[in-house]
Amino acid sequence: MISAVKARVKRALQLAALSLALLLLLGAGDSGSRFNELGHRMMCVCGCSQILLECNHVGCKYSDRMRDELMAAVDRGDSDDLTLQAFVQKYGTTVIAAPTNKGFNRVAWVMPFLALGLGLTTVVFIVRAWKNRPTPALADGIKPLRGSELEQFRAQAQKETEL
Amino acid sequence: MAQLGSYALLFALALSGYSFVAGLVALMRPGSERMGETARRAGIAVCACVFLASLVLVVSAFQDDFSIAYILHHSNHDLPAPYKFATLWSGQEGSLLFWSLLLGAYGLVLRLRHKTDPRLFAYASVVIAAVQVFFLLLLNFAAHPFATVQGTIPADGNGLNPLLQYPEMVIHPPMLYLGYVGFTVPFAFALGALAMRYPGEKWIHITRRWTMVTWGFLTCGIFLGAHWAYSVLGWGGYWGWDPVENASLMPWLTGTAFLHSVMMQEKRGMLKMWNMWLVFATFWLAILGTFLTRSGIISSVHAFAQSGIGSWFVWFLALSCATFAFFFFKNKSHLQSEHKLEALVSRESSFLFNNLLFVLACFTVLWGTWFPKISELVQNTKVTVGPPFYNSVAIPVALLLLLLTAVGPLLAWRKTSLESLKRNFLWPTYGAVAVGIAMMIFGVRPWKDIAYFYALMSAMLSTLVALTVISEFVRGGRVIAGHTGQNLLGAIVHLWHRNTRRYGGYIVHFGVAVVVIGILGTPFNKEVEKEMGYGDKMAIGPYTLVCRSYTQEEKPNYGSEWAILDVFKGDKQITQLFPERRFYKASQQTQTMPQIYPTFREDFLLVKDLYVVYEGVNQDTGRPIIKAHLNPLVPWIWAGLVIMIFGTIIGLVPNAAPIRVPVAARVQAAPVGAGD
Repeated sequence: MISAVKARVKRALQLAALSLALLLLLGAGDSGSRFNELGHRMMCVCGCSQILLECNHVGCKYSDRMRDELMAAVDRGDSDDLTLQAFVQKYGTTVIAAPTNKGFNRVAWVMPFLALGLGLTTVVFIVRAWKNRPTPALADGIKPLRGSELEQFRAQAQKETEL
Repeated sequence: MAQLGSYALLFALALSGYSFVAGLVALMRPGSERMGETARRAGIAVCACVFLASLVLVVSAFQDDFSIAYILHHSNHDLPAPYKFATLWSGQEGSLLFWSLLLGAYGLVLRLRHKTDPRLFAYASVVIAAVQVFFLLLLNFAAHPFATVQGTIPADGNGLNPLLQYPEMVIHPPMLYLGYVGFTVPFAFALGALAMRYPGEKWIHITRRWTMVTWGFLTCGIFLGAHWAYSVLGWGGYWGWDPVENASLMPWLTGTAFLHSVMMQEKRGMLKMWNMWLVFATFWLAILGTFLTRSGIISSVHAFAQSGIGSWFVWFLALSCATFAFFFFKNKSHLQSEHKLEALVSRESSFLFNNLLFVLACFTVLWGTWFPKISELVQNTKVTVGPPFYNSVAIPVALLLLLLTAVGPLLAWRKTSLESLKRNFLWPTYGAVAVGIAMMIFGVRPWKDIAYFYALMSAMLSTLVALTVISEFVRGGRVIAGHTGQNLLGAIVHLWHRNTRRYGGYIVHFGVAVVVIGILGTPFNKEVEKEMGYGDKMAIGPYTLVCRSYTQEEKPNYGSEWAILDVFKGDKQITQLFPERRFYKASQQTQTMPQIYPTFREDFLLVKDLYVVYEGVNQDTGRPIIKAHLNPLVPWIWAGLVIMIFGTIIGLVPNAAPIRVPVAARVQAAPVGAGD
C-alpha cells in the first residue's frame, strides 16, 4: 500500500517536472517590449562601453539623445532593422552591441558552436578510443577480478561505506 | 633614489640572465652541480634586487619625488598614504615591476624548497628565470619605472585616476597579479617535467598546492575587481564583459579546468597530454591578459595607456608557444595514458565534459574579445562584441557547467551504477524542481523574457548543486558517525579532515552556487532617478528615500558634495545613506561614490542592495539628481566568494593520517575516504 502511494507521489513529481520543462520551452522565445529590447541591443557611444539603456552618466552627451531617438523610432512604428540601420548610419557600426547575423559577422556567432561541435566530436572520439584500449597487464601473480566476484566486492564496499 | 632603483633593475636583469643560462648549462652538462647551485642563488638574488627596486619606487612615492616621471604621473602631495603605497601598481611601468617582484617572490619560495626534488626544481627554476628575463628586459628597456623628468620638475604630481582611489585599489590588483603570476609556477614545473621526461606524477603533487593557492588568488582578484566596479562606477553592475575583465576570466577558466582534470592524472594516469596543454594555456592566457591590458590593441574602459610594449609581448607569447610545442612533440610519447575508460557514466567522463565546457567557455570569451580586431582586419569594419553576445553564448555553457557541478561529485571513479546515481540525485532534483515551481508561483515568467528563463534555470541548478553538496556531507558524516559514535557535525569535520581537498572542493562548489544565486537577480533590478530637494521623497520597491539635507566638504585631496537621505521601509526608518560626488583637485576629475545598503536585516534570504548615486546638480534647475537602484540578491555574490575562498583554504589543509583497516590477506588495506 505504502509503496503504491510512493509510486504515485513519484509519478506526480515527474509530471510536475515535465510540465515545468514544457512551460520553459514554450516561453523561451518571447522578447519583451521593443524599446527595452532595442535599447539593450545598442551601446552608448560616449566611450563608456555600456549598453545604451544602462549608461547613467549625468550630462552624457549621447545617451539621453539616443534614447529619445529610439523612442521616436519605436513610436513611429519603424521596424527593428530600419531603426538599427538608422543608428548605424548616424553613429557607426560600433553602436550595435553584438555582431549582426549577416556576412562575415555571422562567423562570430558560428564559431563557438563550431568549437562545441568539434569539442564534442573529440570527446566522443577519446571516449571510444579509451573504451577500446586493451586492459593494462597486471603484475605477476595478480589475477583481475571479474563477474560475480567483482560485483561481490563492489557490493561489500558500498555496504560498508554507504557512499 | 632613481639611480638606485635603476641599478637594482639592471642587476636583477644580469642575475636572472645568469640564472637562466647557468641553470640551463648545468642541466645539460652532467657534473655541473656547483654551477646549478650558483644559478639557484642568482635566482634568489634577483628577488632581492627587484624588491629593492620596488621599495625605491614606493619610498619615492611617499617622498613625493616628482623627478621620477612615474611618480609625477601617478601620485600627488595630498594622495592618502594607502594609495601612495598602491602607486607601485597604479601605472604600466610600476605594475610590470610588481609582476616581476611577485615572480621573484614565487621563484624565491621555489628555490628555497629545492631539496624536495632538486632536479625537477632546477628545471622549473630555469623556466622561471626565463620568464623573469623577459619582464626585466621590458623594465630596463621598454617601460622603465625610474625614467626621470626632463627640464623643470613640477611642484605637484598629476595624481591618481579618481576611479582608482578606492580601498580595493590596495588589494584587488595584488590579488589578481598573485593569480596571474602564480600560474607561472605550475607551468614551470610542467615544462620542466616534460623536458626531463619526469617519471610518475610527483610533479603534479608538488604543484597541486601552488595551483590551488594561485587559483584562490585569481578568484579573489576577479571578484574584488567586480566589487570595485560595482562600488565605484555607479551603474549598479559588476561585470561588463570588457576585454580587460575577459582577460582575467580566461586563465581562470582554463586554470579551473586544470584543477579538475589533474585529478584524472593523479588517480588514473589519464589526460596527461591534455593537462600539459591546459597548464600551458593558463600561463599563456595570463600573459595574453597582461598584453591586452597594456598594448592598447583592443579598446577597453580600463586598459592602461597605449604603448609600444605590445610587440615585446607578441614575441614572448610566440617564443613561449614554440618552446612548449617543441618539448611537447619531442617527448609526447612519455605522456601516454595508463588506464582505459571503463564506463561512460563515471567520474572520468564527467571530467572530460567539464573540461570541454570550461575550454569552450574560454574559447568563447577569447573569440568575443578578439573578434572586433579580426573584423577590422577582414572587412575593415569595427564591430562591438558586448554583453548580448556573451549572454547568448556563454550563459548556456555556464548553465551546463553548473549541471555538471551538481552531477560530477555523485559519480564514482571507473563506473557508477544508474541505480546509485538515481538514489543520490532524487531528493536534490525534487528540491530544484520545487524552487523552480515556487519562483513561477511568485511571479517569475520565463516565457516573457529569455533573461527570466536563465534566472529560473540558474536558481534550479544552483539549488541542485547546493543540495548535492549538502547531501554528500550529510551522507558521509552519517557513515562516520555510525562507525565512531560522534555527533553529525563532529563526524562531518572528521570526514573533511580525511580528504580535505575533496570536501574543500565541495565547499567551493557550494560557493559557486551561492554566487550564481547572486547573479540571477539581475533581470529583476529596478532603478529610479529624480531631482530631489529638501524633504522630497522617492520610492523604489518597498523602500522610500527622503532627502534630509545636502552638504559640502573640502579635503586636501578632493572637494565633495553629498546628500543625506533617510531610508524608510513602510513607516520605519531603517538607515541613512550619504551618496557622494567628489572633485579630485590634482587630476581635475569628478567621481561619484555610491552608497550601498544591503537589506540583510529586512529580507535575509532575498536580500537586495539599495544602491544610491548622487549624480550631480541639474544645471537648469539647480537641484541635485539622485539615482537609486534596487539590485536583488547581489550581496550573495560576495558571500559566495567568501565561501569559495574558505573552501580553497579548507582544501589546502593536509589530510589527517589515513585509517588503515586490517583485512584478510588477499585484499590490500587502503586509505579510508580516499578518492575525490
